[in-house]
Amino acid sequence: MALYKVKRVFGEDLGANNPVFAQVLGICSTLAVTNVLKNTVVMCAGLIFVTALSNLTVSFLRNIMPGRIRMMVETLIIASYVIIVDIVLRAYLPDISRQLGPYVGLIITNCIIMGRAEAFALKNPPGLSFLDGIASGIGYSYVLMSIAVLRELFGSGSIWGYKVLGASWTNWSIMVMAPGAFFMLAIFIWIVKGSTNRGEK
Amino acid sequence: MSQGIAFYAIFFAAIFTNNILLTNYLGMCSFLAVSREVKTSTGLGMAVVFVMTVTSVLNWLAYRYILLPLDLTYLRYIVFIVIIAAFVQLLEMIIERVSDTLYSALGIFLPLITVNCAILGVSLFMVIRKYTLLQSFFYGLGSGIGWALAIIAMAGIRQKMAKARIPKGLAGAGITLIIAGIMALAFMGFSGMIKIT
Repeated sequence: MALYKVKRVFGEDLGANNPVFAQVLGICSTLAVTNVLKNTVVMCAGLIFVTALSNLTVSFLRNIMPGRIRMMVETLIIASYVIIVDIVLRAYLPDISRQLGPYVGLIITNCIIMGRAEAFALKNPPGLSFLDGIASGIGYSYVLMSIAVLRELFGSGSIWGYKVLGASWTNWSIMVMAPGAFFMLAIFIWIVKGSTNRGEK
Repeated sequence: MSQGIAFYAIFFAAIFTNNILLTNYLGMCSFLAVSREVKTSTGLGMAVVFVMTVTSVLNWLAYRYILLPLDLTYLRYIVFIVIIAAFVQLLEMIIERVSDTLYSALGIFLPLITVNCAILGVSLFMVIRKYTLLQSFFYGLGSGIGWALAIIAMAGIRQKMAKARIPKGLAGAGITLIIAGIMALAFMGFSGMIKIT
């Protein structure tokens, strides 16, 4: 596996081809968990695990999978890894697991994982696919984490559960509710797209 | 705990106060991608209402009578997604045979629905909240109507916006998310009317 290939995979997934900004994929299940940073980190760790391993598995099976049912096979592979994540969370982090509720299960229908399996793992060797899974997982995670930091900071005046902004801070309760997530993501996309457009000119 | 909630309360709550798209963020992918025209949005919305209602009932039956007695509840993700995919496939074949007009109206949306997180989300919420069969039916129906309402309203707004001048970086996904945020604010006005957990 050539080093330049690895570099290109990471460069694309973290930068220009970031799944959240460039393709606006996979925001469905995960906007809901960005109101508290701790939950977001757990969710992202689960997501990276599932993306990397399902990419690896799909890539191993890519030559023996019949084309017609490959979507079904991919979904089942992803669902199996999500079950592992769910059981581990329930055993070791029961509080967070309860707060995340159905959103752990909804990793299955997260478009990013299916998208990477279809677009990358079906055409590339296992090692590289595994790395691509990790890279797109990280590219997704840092966007979510930066949104989560801002939402928790403005919405509850704290980061990772610790009070940062002091007693005089009035919580913007809109930030921890649904509209706050939509506005934050829109502003993020605006900033990123705006700056890349200027760079091209 | 949720046994006492009347089915009509669940139905209206799923449409307005707990709209699955605007408060639970489910189904965003197809919401952003398909909400350009009212006509296509209506088609997708109708398909979602139907599939969501039927799969929530099917999944409830599978959960209650197969997974619970066998103590296999951790397999629910796989079982639910397979039931949804199989049902969508079956529906596509039936519609293709029975009605050409219906197929041309709904056919292209059906594959999209399998990966719509809202469908799976409804089934998972239903299990967590311990709904009965009747409650699940109305929860699925209400969530479907709520989702369809949101996407049709969004398509109407976006059609009007097509000629508006939007800042460059904001065009496309950005402005859609901002509209969704404002719609979520509007729907928050309903909260407090009906309380369900």
